[in-house]
Parts: sequence; C-alpha cells; structure tokens
Amino acid sequence: MSRTLMQRLFEPTSIRDMAIGTKVIVYSILLFWTAFVLFPIYWVLITSFKTAVDVNSGPVFLPFIDFQPSLHAWKELFVFDYEDTLKAYVNSLIIALSSTAASVLIGSMAAYALARFEYRPKFGVVLTFVLVMIAAFYAVGAYGVDWRLASASGIAVFVFLAIALGRYFKARLSNGDILFWMISQRILAPIVVVVPIYMMFQQVRLLDTHIAIILTYTVINLPIVIWLMYDFFRSIPIDLEESAQLDGATRIGVFWDIVLPLSRTGLAATTLLVMILSWNEYLLALFLSTSRAQTMPILVAAMNAGERGILWWSMSVVIIVMIIPVIVLAIILQRYISKGLLLGAVKG
Amino acid sequence: MTTTDDTERSGETRAAVPGGGRERLADWLDRHAQHIFIWPAVTMILIFSIFPLVASFIMALSRIRLRGGSYRVRFVWFQNFEKQLFGSEQFHFLGTFGGMSILGWVVALLVTGGIVWWVLRYLMSGPTVVGLVGRLFTWGLVLGVGWLLAATFFSGHPFGTLGTTLFYVIFGCGVQFVIGVGLAFLCSLPIKGRSFFRVVFFVPLMITPIGVGYAFRMMADTTKGPFSPAWQWLGLGDFAWAADPWAARFFIMIGDSWQWIPFIFVVMLAALESVPRDYVEAAQVDGASSWEIFKDITWPQVVPVAATVLLIRVIEAFKIVDLPNIMTAGGPGIATESMTLHALFAWRSLDLGQSAAVAYLLLFVTVVTCVSFFNLVVLRRIRA
Repeated sequence: MSRTLMQRLFEPTSIRDMAIGTKVIVYSILLFWTAFVLFPIYWVLITSFKTAVDVNSGPVFLPFIDFQPSLHAWKELFVFDYEDTLKAYVNSLIIALSSTAASVLIGSMAAYALARFEYRPKFGVVLTFVLVMIAAFYAVGAYGVDWRLASASGIAVFVFLAIALGRYFKARLSNGDILFWMISQRILAPIVVVVPIYMMFQQVRLLDTHIAIILTYTVINLPIVIWLMYDFFRSIPIDLEESAQLDGATRIGVFWDIVLPLSRTGLAATTLLVMILSWNEYLLALFLSTSRAQTMPILVAAMNAGERGILWWSMSVVIIVMIIPVIVLAIILQRYISKGLLLGAVKG
Repeated sequence: MTTTDDTERSGETRAAVPGGGRERLADWLDRHAQHIFIWPAVTMILIFSIFPLVASFIMALSRIRLRGGSYRVRFVWFQNFEKQLFGSEQFHFLGTFGGMSILGWVVALLVTGGIVWWVLRYLMSGPTVVGLVGRLFTWGLVLGVGWLLAATFFSGHPFGTLGTTLFYVIFGCGVQFVIGVGLAFLCSLPIKGRSFFRVVFFVPLMITPIGVGYAFRMMADTTKGPFSPAWQWLGLGDFAWAADPWAARFFIMIGDSWQWIPFIFVVMLAALESVPRDYVEAAQVDGASSWEIFKDITWPQVVPVAATVLLIRVIEAFKIVDLPNIMTAGGPGIATESMTLHALFAWRSLDLGQSAAVAYLLLFVTVVTCVSFFNLVVLRRIRA
C-alpha cells in the first residue's frame, strides 16, 4: 500500500477524524476568520482608551507598550457628559425592551391566530376599505380637510358601503393571504413610510417621544415575529390545546399557559433577533427623535462633530457600551438561539 | 369557526360587556378570541404600514412645499417619476448615458436573448394567467436592469443609485452567502472548539451598523489606520479609497458582509447540524469524500433553509443606508449612494415629492425582486 503524500495529507484515517492536511486548512481558515471578526472590535476597544494624540499620530496597537491607555473618553461620557449619554442609553433601553416585548406579544398572538383559526375576509370588503382610505387621504392631502374629520367620515362611509354591498361580494381571502400580507410588510423599505409616519406623529403631537418610536419599531418588527412564530406554532401538536379546552380552559388561557411555554425556543430566538434590530435601528430614529427621545445609534452618529472632526475615542466608547445589553440578552437566551431560528427558517 | 366579515367586526365593537362579573367578561373574551388575537396586529399594520404607504404614494404624485409649520400639496401626476427616469435627475437615479460600447451591446443582446429564451420556454410549458402576469414583471425588471447596466457600466459611464443598490444586493449578498455557508460547513465538521467559533462568528451581528461603519472607516484609513504600515509598504500610502468609486463601494460591501455573514452562518450551521447523521456516516463508510458528502447528501437537505435565509438577507440588503451614510456619505459624488440614502438626501433638501418617488421606485424594485425570488426559487426549493 503506497499512499502518495497528497493522499496521506488529505484522506481521512478514520471516519470520525479528518486527515492532517484537511485539518490544517480548516483550522487556518477558521482562525483567519476569527481574526477578521475580532480585529475591528479589538481596534475599537483600544481606541476607546487612546488620547487624540495616539489616534492622530499613526497606528499604535498594544496598550501599555505602544501607548499609555487613558480613561479620558470614558470619563468625558460617563462623568462630565453623563446626562446626555445616560439619557440616550435609558431611552434606547426603554424603547428596545418595550417594542420588543410588544411586537413579540402582538406578533405571537397574530401568528397563533393564523395557525389555529380560520379567517375568510371578503375580498370586496377589503378593496372597499382601501379605496375609501385613499379617498380620505387625498382629501386631507390635497384639500386640507382636517384629518379627524376625514378619518371619521371615511370609517362611516366604509361601514355603510360594506353593509350595503357586502352580500354582493363573493370572493374571499384565506389565512394564507393574510399571512403573506403581514410578512410582506417586511419588504417595505422604512424610507417609503417614514415621512408619512413623521407627519402622522406631528399631527398628534407625539414627535420626539418614546411612545412614537416604540409603536413604529413594534410594527416594523411584527412581520419577523409572525414569520418565525407561525411556523413554530404549526409545529406544536394541537392535541394538548384541545384537551385543555375540553377541561374548560379559555382560548386565551390555552395560549398563555400552554402554547407560549411550549414555544420558549422560538420565542427566545425571535426576541433576541427583534431586540438586536430595534436596539440598532437608525433611520426611523433619525426621523422621529430630535433630542428628548434620542437613541444610542443617533448618539454614535452624532460623534462626527463638525469642525473638531470625528471624536474616534468617544465614539468607540459608545460602540463598546452599546454591545453590552445585547450580549447580556444573548447569554440569557443563548441555548435556544440556533434551534429556534432554524425551525422558523426551515418552513418559512 | 365563524367567518370574519365586517358585520361581525362592527358587532364586536357594539356588543358591550353585559352586566358585570369576571365570568361574563372571560366568557365574552373567549367567544371573541378569534378577533382579539388578530386585530392588534392588523390594526397596527394598517395604521403604520398601509396608511403611510397610501399617503406616500400620494406624495410621490405631488409637489409639496413646506411653509412655516404647514405644507401645500399640488398634484402633478407622474412628474416626479418622470424627472427621475428621464429628466434632470436621471444621472442620479439611473446613471449617465452616452453611447453604447461594443461590450455594452454584447451584454444587452445577451440579456435580451436570455429573456427571450426564458419567455419561450415558459410559454411552451403551459402558462397560467397569474404566472404570466407575475413573470412579465420579472422579465421587465431583468430586461430593464440588464440594458441599464449595458448602457452605463459596460459602456464605461457611471451608473446611479439604482445600480449601486443592486451592486450591494446582488454582489454583497452573493459574497455573504458563499462565505456564510462555507464557514457553517467548516464548523459542522468534527473540529475542536466549535462552540468557541460559533460564539465569535456571531458577534458582529450584535454591533450597531453605525458602529460598524465607523470601525471600518478606521480600518480603511491609509494614513492612521491599523493597516497603514502595510499600505505604506505597498507604496499606497496616499491612496484615498474614499475618492475612488469602486474602492469605496467595495469597502462598504466588506463592512456590510462583516456584519451580516454571521446571520447566514448561524442559520446555516443549525441547518447543517440537523441533517441526520446516519446518512452522512453511511456515505463515509462507502468511502465518499467530505466534499462529495456535502454536495450530494448535506446540501440537498439544507437547500430550503438556504433559499429562505438568502431571501431574508436580500430583503434587508435593499434597505442599506447606515453604512454608506457613515462611511462615505454617498461619495465620491454619488458612487456609493444607495436608493434609501438618495431618498433621505432628497428629504433633507425638503423635496418631499422626489423623496417619495425614489422611495416608491425602490419599493417597486424590491417587491418585484423579492416576490420573483420567492416564487421562482424559494417555493420551488421547498416543494422539491
């Protein structure tokens, strides 16, 4: 048996193990990628301890050897300017946590409803609603009709039309259509809807408040929650729910006490994903907050402070402290993550 | 199960809770559970997605002037779109035209030929009305984008924000997908420290995109960044990547990939790990190589997940705005400006009509691409 060098290097000696050559290649690729992933983070971390001179005089890599680490940026943000930093941090926490909770709850409810009930809205009624809505908007936009008047009369016209014409409409939509409609909202780029949302909140005087951003984030993340949780709920056997109902449990009780605990895995993964998305969201926050409700991404972007150039050190501090809550949540939810994401994606 | 139509909907609101008492309330809630579960989501999507969508469409068809606190709207039909597609903003959205080169003609003819072949093949295979209408959009978009790139990029003229966005989406997502799947495959091999790699590779997803933008700006700095000694050594110390269109685009794409490869990696690793071990082991006993096992056994099992995860990534990639905004502010010129950024800049200059028009064009391209991808790739892979 004469094995060539190539064979010895690249053919496995046993089923469970890999040949030495393959091993070398695999590990070097993985280690290279580890370096590629970690280096920018390391650089941001050491930059947060650099002074302006260290940053501007060319690259220095090793704290204590290349340069003397200084806490000035950390002090500036957490001692002298702590009000602004803390305010944005608390804003971000409030907004991300509440909107995550709201969209996971509302989205799971809708996903559960679509997985377990049958809905058959009439196509004609839906169409009437959309047409009435367009008319109402046109009235507000082009003729300056008061929006309260327009929406009230729009609803009245819709109810009238729906009752009058309802029995002529035969075509019906199904659960699949509703599900597709909800999920397809994710395709919608935020830039398409953000200006009207801005004007809407301006009208009801909620611009630059937590509630406005929370509501908006909740809605943009609903499709993801519905997408992932729908498949999850479908994979739970229905027998358990049926027997609980026979024992006299209500639908809401069944959902709360049986279905939600059974889908912990999916909930954990979905929560983490939604939390990351709303914690890091930038574009909508840019439109909807100016000072009071300012979130962390806006604070980071604002480190580009005009004539002084970019404050690399302060910005690095903010980036570092922004990772902390996500990591905390990821550690809490960690063991569910990959499993839960998979289940949603497999059948998506 | 009852049906949902509007008479019941209004009935639901009319029926006040009779009398009092928790039991009656619980009973009432239970009877209407079907509606209670779904209406919060429907109402919120209606208010925050559908209303704005309609309002935005009206804005796209209007010229809007802000005066003090109020605004005046004048209906101008499709003038805003006309300006983007054929008028003074054409260079910004589509690109600069100026004579096709030979390469441009070749590409244009190839694209046209491909579409004609596709159309004929579909017409032979027994088309349905819905399928045909849907495909007409797909063919139209592919043909339009193909000719656009032939007339701009392949003829040596700069392209606009549409081309840039498609570069981020098609090229960026392609690279991310290949690397993400590759890393997931390597991590699914019997290696030591798998959980370490899994955690480390996930980290970039947690960093705020704004932060990624700034971090990569530091990385790319050829005078003060960490790689500046290497740049100096290569004699490229004076090279300003932000001044070269393609270098700038590639840097943004690298930053975007750094952030999003983890997403594909995590999902694909979970998918690869769920492939039944006995199949793989049986093939190993038969003497198949790792690559053969991956190609013939593992990959067909994970294709549905792969298609879905790529779709999710493509949907999000169309919305790219933070990285170009932070890293280059769309520059040099308009070379790195994505369509969202284009609409954002139009909004900043208080041109709300143009902003809405660009946003709507983005919506059109996104919807046609994603729905085509879903119907032609994802569904087929899931059914297969």
